[in-house]
Amino acid sequence: MSEIKLMKGNEVLAEAAIRCGCDGYFGYPITPQSEVMETLMMRRPWEETGMVVLQAESEVAAINMVYGAAGSGKKAMTSSSSPGISLMAEGISYLAGAELPCLIVNVTRGGPGLGTIQPSQADYFQAVKGGGHGDYKLIVLAPSSVQEMNDFVNLGFELAFKYRNPALILTDGALGQMMEKVELAEFKPRWTSEEINENWGSWATTGKPASRKKNVVSSLVMGSEEMEANNLRFQEKYRMMEEKEVRYEAFQCDDAEFVLVAFGTSSRVCQKSVQIARAKGLKVGLLRPITLFPFPKLVIKELARKVKGFMSVEMSAGQMVEDIKLSVYEAGSNARVNYFGRMGGIIPSPEEVVEALEEKFSWEISYGVKRSY
Amino acid sequence: MTEELIIAGFGGQGVLSMGKILAYSGIMENKEVTWFPSYGPEMRGGTANVTVILSDTRISSPIVKHFDSAIILNQQSMDKFEKSVKPGGILLYDPNGVIHPPQRTDINIYKVDATVTAVEMGNPKVFNMIVFGSYLKIRPIVTLDNVEKGLQKSLPDRYHNTIPLNLDAIRKGQEIVELVQEV
Repeated sequence: MSEIKLMKGNEVLAEAAIRCGCDGYFGYPITPQSEVMETLMMRRPWEETGMVVLQAESEVAAINMVYGAAGSGKKAMTSSSSPGISLMAEGISYLAGAELPCLIVNVTRGGPGLGTIQPSQADYFQAVKGGGHGDYKLIVLAPSSVQEMNDFVNLGFELAFKYRNPALILTDGALGQMMEKVELAEFKPRWTSEEINENWGSWATTGKPASRKKNVVSSLVMGSEEMEANNLRFQEKYRMMEEKEVRYEAFQCDDAEFVLVAFGTSSRVCQKSVQIARAKGLKVGLLRPITLFPFPKLVIKELARKVKGFMSVEMSAGQMVEDIKLSVYEAGSNARVNYFGRMGGIIPSPEEVVEALEEKFSWEISYGVKRSY
Repeated sequence: MTEELIIAGFGGQGVLSMGKILAYSGIMENKEVTWFPSYGPEMRGGTANVTVILSDTRISSPIVKHFDSAIILNQQSMDKFEKSVKPGGILLYDPNGVIHPPQRTDINIYKVDATVTAVEMGNPKVFNMIVFGSYLKIRPIVTLDNVEKGLQKSLPDRYHNTIPLNLDAIRKGQEIVELVQEV
């Protein structure tokens, strides 16, 4: 019987890390995610599972510690909030370039700059388009409940190791600070040296036996041809993720004429907006991308052929809306794509979302689809 | 059943912990729960509020514009949240912290003299549990048995000896709550 608890999203990230057999957490405190390391320090997992918990001297140091641990085939993790993730961007690019699996969590706050400490989704571009330099992608998971904050730690590690690529949980201050009922995962032991050797011995720096060549972990390649070959291999890997790892949840989309698209906290708001809109007689559904990369393009393309419009609801100036537009364009559809959002740490209310929908789609609501622009 | 509640007052009054005990009690009744605090650069003596949602089904938005019930423990919170109670909803307040009583005529209003009663009980810290008791009298959404289990879960072990005192305070709050206006 697994344990049911009332916990904050941030606390759950820490507990889930211990339970999934994480080997090391390296971080630096920043609001609104400081409870992650606080919880780990209080839980003292080094006494229980041998997991290392270390407060680094900076975010730059923390991400490079993750690089080192990941290079030896260990399950390494860090978490931060927006400005801290920006500091880590160089290291994240190196991890992607060296094809190292790890888990990064961004408990986003309002930006740009030091911004506010309230929740935001304005790091979407940074998360899904790379964020650091070079052509790379992260596997990006967007939880919308404290339960998913728990579940996605293990899932993030699984996907990271499956593709030898960093995975990122993109969440926000609201989910980090909120307490909900959570069913904690069963304890999994940390991998033994033998297991790491057997599973990741082909690339990880586990100590060179006489039977194989030495493994070198590096993102530096001196020859352009060789670097392009690496890039092609990375791109192939990202295509594979797009084919196999897309996750989403569709909520009352079957008969919908208008579809709200939202992830994380704003998707929770939109669930209620759907109820309010339906009570008014508007056929509204919600599509919640769970993986932001790979983005659920296909389902949007399918919906685009039958709905009158989409509205991307974001706690940002409108970032995901670009990916929706691309998908609708690829479907050759006339469905209109709008955006509504709040910024700077403000979460829109469900009523506000419905008002915006009625205003932005007033033509379609009254007359149907415009066939030409 | 879905109950969307705001508890608002000063930091240090036990607003957040009252919400947490309610949320844990809800879990004991197999309900879905969300506890969402206002968080910011807050300090002791500043305003604090928490939204608590209990439901038999999956909870959608943690952001609520119109609440089923509001527990209001200071004037700043009255100014901010009196207007956020749904028509026909419930507003419970302690007159000790409120200079201007609520003016709405379309909601049910109750008051509890919890500040004074807590002092009479010899422990100002049980203030929030007296208020909680009054709320449970008006909205019996969790049983006292489950509140006791909730207290066991939400209080650290070293405070478990205070559970009988907390339960006494809850019962006291159930006794002394007064109806001001019914609609």
